[in-house]
Amino acid sequence: MMSLIEIRKSLLVSVWFMFLTFPILVIRVNTVESTIQWRWGNMLAVGAGSFLLSFVWRHLIRRKEQGMRRQREGAGLRMSIFQRIGEDRRVYLPALAVAAVAVGVFPFLVSMYQINIMTTAFMYIMLGLGLNIVVGVAGLLDLGYVAFYAVGAYAYALLNHHFGLSFWICLPIGAALGAVFGILLGFPVLRLRGDYLAIVTLGFGEIIRLILENWNEFSFGPSGIANIPRPGFFGVEFSLLAHTRYIYFLVVALAIFTIFMVNRLQNSRIGRAWLALREDEIACQAMGVDKVRTKLTAFALGATWAGLAGVIFAGKTTFINPASFTLWESINILCIVVLGGMGSIVGVVLGALVLVLLPEYLRAFAEYRILTFGCVLVLMMVFRPGGIVSNVRRTYQFEGPDSGDK
Amino acid sequence: MDLHYFAELFLGGLTRGSIYALIALGYTMVYGIIELINFAHGEIYMIGAFTGLIVATVFTFAGFPTLAVLVIASVAAVVYSSCYGLTMEKIAYKPLRGAPRLSALISAIGMSLFLQNYVLLAQTSDFLPFPSLVPDLAFWEPYAHIISSQEIVIIGVTALVMVLLNLLIKFTRMGKAMRATSQDREMAMLAGVDVNRVISLTFVIGSATAALGAVLIASHIGQINFYIGFIAGIKAFVAAVLGGIGSVPGAVVGALVLGWTESFFTGYISSDYEDVFAFIFLVVILILKPSGILGRSQAQKV
Repeated sequence: MMSLIEIRKSLLVSVWFMFLTFPILVIRVNTVESTIQWRWGNMLAVGAGSFLLSFVWRHLIRRKEQGMRRQREGAGLRMSIFQRIGEDRRVYLPALAVAAVAVGVFPFLVSMYQINIMTTAFMYIMLGLGLNIVVGVAGLLDLGYVAFYAVGAYAYALLNHHFGLSFWICLPIGAALGAVFGILLGFPVLRLRGDYLAIVTLGFGEIIRLILENWNEFSFGPSGIANIPRPGFFGVEFSLLAHTRYIYFLVVALAIFTIFMVNRLQNSRIGRAWLALREDEIACQAMGVDKVRTKLTAFALGATWAGLAGVIFAGKTTFINPASFTLWESINILCIVVLGGMGSIVGVVLGALVLVLLPEYLRAFAEYRILTFGCVLVLMMVFRPGGIVSNVRRTYQFEGPDSGDK
Repeated sequence: MDLHYFAELFLGGLTRGSIYALIALGYTMVYGIIELINFAHGEIYMIGAFTGLIVATVFTFAGFPTLAVLVIASVAAVVYSSCYGLTMEKIAYKPLRGAPRLSALISAIGMSLFLQNYVLLAQTSDFLPFPSLVPDLAFWEPYAHIISSQEIVIIGVTALVMVLLNLLIKFTRMGKAMRATSQDREMAMLAGVDVNRVISLTFVIGSATAALGAVLIASHIGQINFYIGFIAGIKAFVAAVLGGIGSVPGAVVGALVLGWTESFFTGYISSDYEDVFAFIFLVVILILKPSGILGRSQAQKV
């Protein structure tokens, strides 16, 4: 009996979706040649597909609800595999060693194209970790993060163009400029909360991009800046392949530096202040945490990494234009943070690798790439909202007197 | 400064603002009820435009008169957009109720990407010409040099929708339930309000007004593609925040203010920085009055 009801439900779903997709999937009009194309095959596919998928969907929802009930009944939080890898020394030291070897050998085994993809992935690790400070740790939803990335990239491109400054001089300048812009953005939005903060940061990001696009005398407009020199190495001349490898190792080194710094920051006094701010602003102030300073440092430190990554981006691609710094880029970085697991460093690293590498290798299905990406985002949020590696905060458990030391 | 130019900009801003208002309504109502920034709302608008175009073309070929085509296309766009809004809510937002806000936001972004590419793959990535469905009103001919009859229709429809919506929210049972849900969802549930139905209805109304806006603006501008929802969505969102998100009259005020700001700035200063002005204006307003023009500032509870 049960299954009959199920089948009826699924039939309804499939009829509904056939109705829903009817005009857009079935009919295609050509207004120039005045023809209409009817594609009934699509309708059948949608019907059959949604019929089957609705079973899967209901099954997954049911499982999720069961899981939630079990959690509420206090079966205890099970640590995920990744969590255990992170906690257990015997596991994570060898894992780290393997990863290090893999990262070190990688550029000598594969083509230049692959190295470039990997370099991009590591750059996004930096960006993700930077944004993680603002969004994941301090809980300030920032939708204009790419603005700082743009600041770094244009800082290097313009300083090099006008004054001939080299990559290594511009790297700290870009980072510093990122921090300055972070504070510039931070000041006016100190009073805003939640969604208002999101929209103002979004506006800020768009303002920066639009200025870069329209202020031709300053930023050369939409055509961008070309022929930016790649980073040098004590004046040594490289071949193109060697240079790609060199940039790869440079980015890997900076990414490791980022991971190290962010890890240290999270466990520092200021990191704990950020966490406290995220959890409860008022209680946090009552405990004597300086809200203004804490928020501003979060913005500034987050933006610093974006500035750094921007300089590297300009040096790596040798060409930048405003089209690289759209809102979608911000959203992409935000997705890295959220999909990976907010506040968790391992999560962000994995998130960056997945979100950069997966679309690259899915190029075979290039057409369906973004479609799938959108689907994955929704499903991920519905069924695994904590991200790939959800961040379990350190908790202290009270042990009864008889279970303590004797 | 001559007055004629001023009037032109004023009316241009009014038309623009009316369209923003129709889209902003969806944002502001959804936010008012479940505190979610529905990022995919712009895509609902885009789907409305596409449905309108497809249906209008099919019926034009079948030989229907323009006015009938306009009505059928509008109705089809409204119905389909509403259904899409409803389905979207069931799939992407309902399972996430009670989850952190950021999850719902990401889910909305995913939905937006999905819908954009769904239309891109099923239809085309090119700009499609949209037939001019709104007829030129004969009696308006003498004034058409100031404001075209299309613009009059846009402004009129917007005003009508706003009045009807206000009446719905103020005086009907459903409107009361909506207000109750937006004030306190749990309390409303205890008082016997079917919260799920209220939320679904909110999505339906928001999507329907967006679809109406889509057909009107598309037949005014004359072309559409799968990407139009993005910019329109962002602008409407800015309008909703400007007026005080969660407040229906606020959305209208915010949209009109945004429309005029853009119109006057581009008319008198420079057209290059149109969007920059809009965003700078938004930032300034939010810094001076973080709850928006008509939004009530909420006391923070501990």
